[in-house]
Amino acid sequence: MAGELPFEKPLVELHDKIKELRRFTEEKGIDFSDEVKRLEQKAKELADQIYGNLTPWQRVQLARHPERPTTLDYIQLLFTDFMEIHGDRLFGDDQAIVGGIARLDGRPVTIIGNQKGKDTKDNIRRNFGMAHPEGYRKALRIMEQANKFGRPIICFINTSGAYPGKAAEERGQSEAIARNLRQMATFGVPIICVVIGEGGSGGALAIGVGNRVFMLENSYYSVIAPESAAAILWRDSSLGMRAAETMKITAPDLLELGVIDGIIPEPFGGAHRDVAMQADAVKKVLLEQLEQLSQLSPDELVQDRYEKFKQIGEYASL
Amino acid sequence: MLKDLFGKKRKFATVPSENLTRVPASGDQAKEAGVREKEVPEGLMNKCPHCGTIHYSKDLEKNLRVCKGCQYHYSISAPERLALLLDDGVLTEEFDTDLITSNPLGFPGYLEKLEQDMANTNLNEAVVTGEGLLEGNRIVVGVMDSRFRMASMGSVVGEKITRAIERAIDRRLPFILFSASGGARMQEGVLSLMQMAKTSAALAKLDRERLLYISVLTNPTFGGVSASFSSLGDYNIAEPGAMIGFAGRRVIEQTIRQELPKDFQTAEFLLQNGQLDMVVHRKEMRSTLAKLVEMHTSTPREGVETWQESSPLKSLS
Ligand SMILES: [Zn+2]
Repeated sequence: MAGELPFEKPLVELHDKIKELRRFTEEKGIDFSDEVKRLEQKAKELADQIYGNLTPWQRVQLARHPERPTTLDYIQLLFTDFMEIHGDRLFGDDQAIVGGIARLDGRPVTIIGNQKGKDTKDNIRRNFGMAHPEGYRKALRIMEQANKFGRPIICFINTSGAYPGKAAEERGQSEAIARNLRQMATFGVPIICVVIGEGGSGGALAIGVGNRVFMLENSYYSVIAPESAAAILWRDSSLGMRAAETMKITAPDLLELGVIDGIIPEPFGGAHRDVAMQADAVKKVLLEQLEQLSQLSPDELVQDRYEKFKQIGEYASL
Repeated sequence: MLKDLFGKKRKFATVPSENLTRVPASGDQAKEAGVREKEVPEGLMNKCPHCGTIHYSKDLEKNLRVCKGCQYHYSISAPERLALLLDDGVLTEEFDTDLITSNPLGFPGYLEKLEQDMANTNLNEAVVTGEGLLEGNRIVVGVMDSRFRMASMGSVVGEKITRAIERAIDRRLPFILFSASGGARMQEGVLSLMQMAKTSAALAKLDRERLLYISVLTNPTFGGVSASFSSLGDYNIAEPGAMIGFAGRRVIEQTIRQELPKDFQTAEFLLQNGQLDMVVHRKEMRSTLAKLVEMHTSTPREGVETWQESSPLKSLS
């Protein structure tokens, strides 16, 4: 198993041992098949135990897994005829967000997504998936175009947050995010958002105002990255684990809080274990939801989205 | 990040006394008011956190809580803001005073902190909303109060602002919001984040109804508040020296490993970078807002003509 996480170590060790015994059986002709069988059973139980009881912090680690499928992976597996379109027409082309048009089961759709890199070089180009204002403005331009042509919009959310940099502030990071929030509320086309990895704060929400919002089983969605929350709440960024537990950021948490509409199951051990299977699960949801939403008129879609967000929040009356 | 923003803020308790000598901190009353023996007794005098000028509190009050030395605009409470802004100094109708915060995440210690802030401020939450008169013009107005949880935005703040916008739509009135906030409220997690979308969607409706929205950004306005309704005014106005931004200065410095200019994220810096329409001194705020509102009203005051009325084309049709 490549890229294993710390909590997966016992399982990895067990698998290594099984491998070793098999090699022994082959090379030395000693029969360890009973032992192998026993250990395989044990490995299965251990995997059930680990992956069936993932803690919030472990899910955060899975959501950030370097091999976790990205927006471009889903684009390749889910759609046909994808054409990437570039630039905000104001400043530049932010590679931390990709956008374009494609077909989903033959029908044209618009796709927007945060894009993390696959390796260091790619990550530098993608700024680790953290967009500048021009990224959000590119997304808005592409969404406006979708609205004009009546194309549904599909957003893949996967960012630790909007980039906290000098240039980003100078060019109006706040305004870019805010404008997206307002304008996404006005589009008369279906908008479906899927959190595929990290849903980090306003930088995620800026492409997250959908009629339907789904999360992959091991993704997270939070007002702020757990480490930053810990730094603010307890002045110690190493308490990310505690923040992850306290702040209710997992998919089941968000479903319970009424923020998302559903959870898309992941393959055992996380989306990266079987990307094709994961893509199928996402596609199934997208098709179902598009089918439902296409029954609504543009005005109804706007109203539906308004009501969805209007009801989020908890308070009491005196 | 948040502490940086607020670390400079001084306690400003108004203890009526003309006595310039050291205040004898006697008994429980003084203790409650936070009065201690100091060279500059709090309440009676105040030292500007910016330039060090020492003011009599009474004089500072008279100067709208603006430093005479450097024009530093002290934070003011929501009731104080409304007193400066509205005819008769108060709302004609206050909205949603019955909404109070619950603890949706079961966050440890949260309710206790809220109770403290409610007791200290006499407010139900960090924003006051309502209808009032601005130089005779009916407006819907909201004012955030940074004494309450640094005016961070949780469910109640989001809901109150959204309802205020909806009432502005129902009553066809301009909406003015004074923001001051550390951002989204950590203790309500993702529910706080979603208030950004909720309030912005309400502003989209207001926009569609062609109603005026003026956002006034005061010190400090950051994070989820800056990245939602505060940046969405038809006019975005700030008070001089107000610190405004998405990310906090320290976070940015740690990220880019480079020192930021001294005036970074000040109102003046934002104006220079094209992010604001104007920076308006507290003394001019009321008249500026009234002028703006009247510029957009369909029933102007007597003697003020609309374009349609005065247009030479009118006689042609
Ligand atoms: Zn001063």
